[in-house]
Amino acid sequence: MSEHTVKSYDEELAHLTNILARMGGMAEAQLGAAIQALARRDDDLAQRVIDGDGRIDELDQEIQTFAVRLLALRQPMAGDLRQIVGALNISGEIERIGDYAANLGKRCLVLNHLPVTAPVAGVVRLAELVRGLVKDILDAYLERDVEKAIRVWSRDEEVDEMYNAVFRDLIDQMTNDSGTITASTHLLFIAKNIERIGDHATNIAETLHFQILGTQPKGLRPKGNTVGAPE
Amino acid sequence: MTLNVVLPQSSTKVRATALDVHYGDKQALFGVDLDIRAGEVTALIGPSGCGKSTFLRCINRMNDLVEGARVSGSLTIDGSDIYDRTIDVVQLRARVGMVFQKPNPFPKSIYDNVAYGPRIHGLAQDQAELDDIVMTSLEKAGLLNEVKDRLLETGTSLSGGQQQRLCIARAIAVEPEVILMDEPCSALDPIATAKVEELIDELRENFTIVIVTHSMQQAARVSQRTAFFHLGKVIEIGDTEQIFTNPQQPLTQGYITGRFG
Repeated sequence: MSEHTVKSYDEELAHLTNILARMGGMAEAQLGAAIQALARRDDDLAQRVIDGDGRIDELDQEIQTFAVRLLALRQPMAGDLRQIVGALNISGEIERIGDYAANLGKRCLVLNHLPVTAPVAGVVRLAELVRGLVKDILDAYLERDVEKAIRVWSRDEEVDEMYNAVFRDLIDQMTNDSGTITASTHLLFIAKNIERIGDHATNIAETLHFQILGTQPKGLRPKGNTVGAPE
Repeated sequence: MTLNVVLPQSSTKVRATALDVHYGDKQALFGVDLDIRAGEVTALIGPSGCGKSTFLRCINRMNDLVEGARVSGSLTIDGSDIYDRTIDVVQLRARVGMVFQKPNPFPKSIYDNVAYGPRIHGLAQDQAELDDIVMTSLEKAGLLNEVKDRLLETGTSLSGGQQQRLCIARAIAVEPEVILMDEPCSALDPIATAKVEELIDELRENFTIVIVTHSMQQAARVSQRTAFFHLGKVIEIGDTEQIFTNPQQPLTQGYITGRFG
């Protein structure tokens, strides 16, 4: 899109995108670190993830404040309006992703100190898949790439399938060896949270579609998982 | 008087088809096709010189008064061509009222400002009926409470915002079908503007309104449909909400977001 007649308006919109990019990068790193902490039973790393969440919340606040300021002072229209409202939305989604990553860190600490463990490989694979989606959707945001956003949007089903498999494995694990119930239950929650992160990536894809094209993505929304508790 | 005719929604009141306007050898409108719906407020937006005021002035043949102006194509109200030879222009202007950018009350009393139109068009049988028309019009224009004790003072003694509402009262006193407004709030402060906008919203129940405005926010606030003009052409027309959230044409997007190159 060409530049505004008022240049400072362009600078402000770019500033908004920059904060969001930083925030997204941070959430992605937090998620990556949380997965590592889980795979390697790393207490220090898990603690760093927990401590790091505050910074994401601060950026979320910064975006809310700045976006409201833009709405009030610039009275944006059309594409600009969608960009700012979209940023508010996406910021909220990223903030939630950060929260889930921090929760993963907390459960890691608990898991690492249980007397009996359960295998984490399945959950880690699920987490890596979701981290890939988060990375792709943040790239799509920065590149304003609707195609890429749609691809992320339609891959949520993959996440649901893998989540269902992990869920079944953990139930089997608990059935076969009741000693692992505590650990497996924590892993179940972790898996659920990771699946939720995937949903947030999907939400970002929808917002991005709206930001760029002014409409919601067409076709059926990818189905949410229905294992365990209904949505 | 019968100001309480509720108009059927979504029927076309004014229809322009392939409308061209020339001022001398300069062409101001190029093949404009535009439908104005009854009982709605249609906002015309676009940069200066885009032809929106020219279009507005075609609807009551104000352009006839401009030397060298030529109008071709067709412009109908309720299906009948207003540029037809048999049309009485004075009658047409009673059907299509107009409110201008700067309030322009006559240098007469508040009462006579409003009574002027009904008098020359012979709309009142007697004094009582004329009084009734004046009072109803002032009330419809949201001005009655402010002026009811000073009806014989001059219209020019009112504040700018009151003068503009007096002009609106004067316009509706002859019971027009269509009201044209050419930047009616550009000389008013925000409070007076809000009052006029509130008035426009009430009036659309009984009148078809076309408003030219440079304020995008005003177009967004008062209109149901918005048409974007550029270099004498209609680039896009649509529901106001759609135009301001998701315009389909890059030129529209560029103009309303302040990117015009």
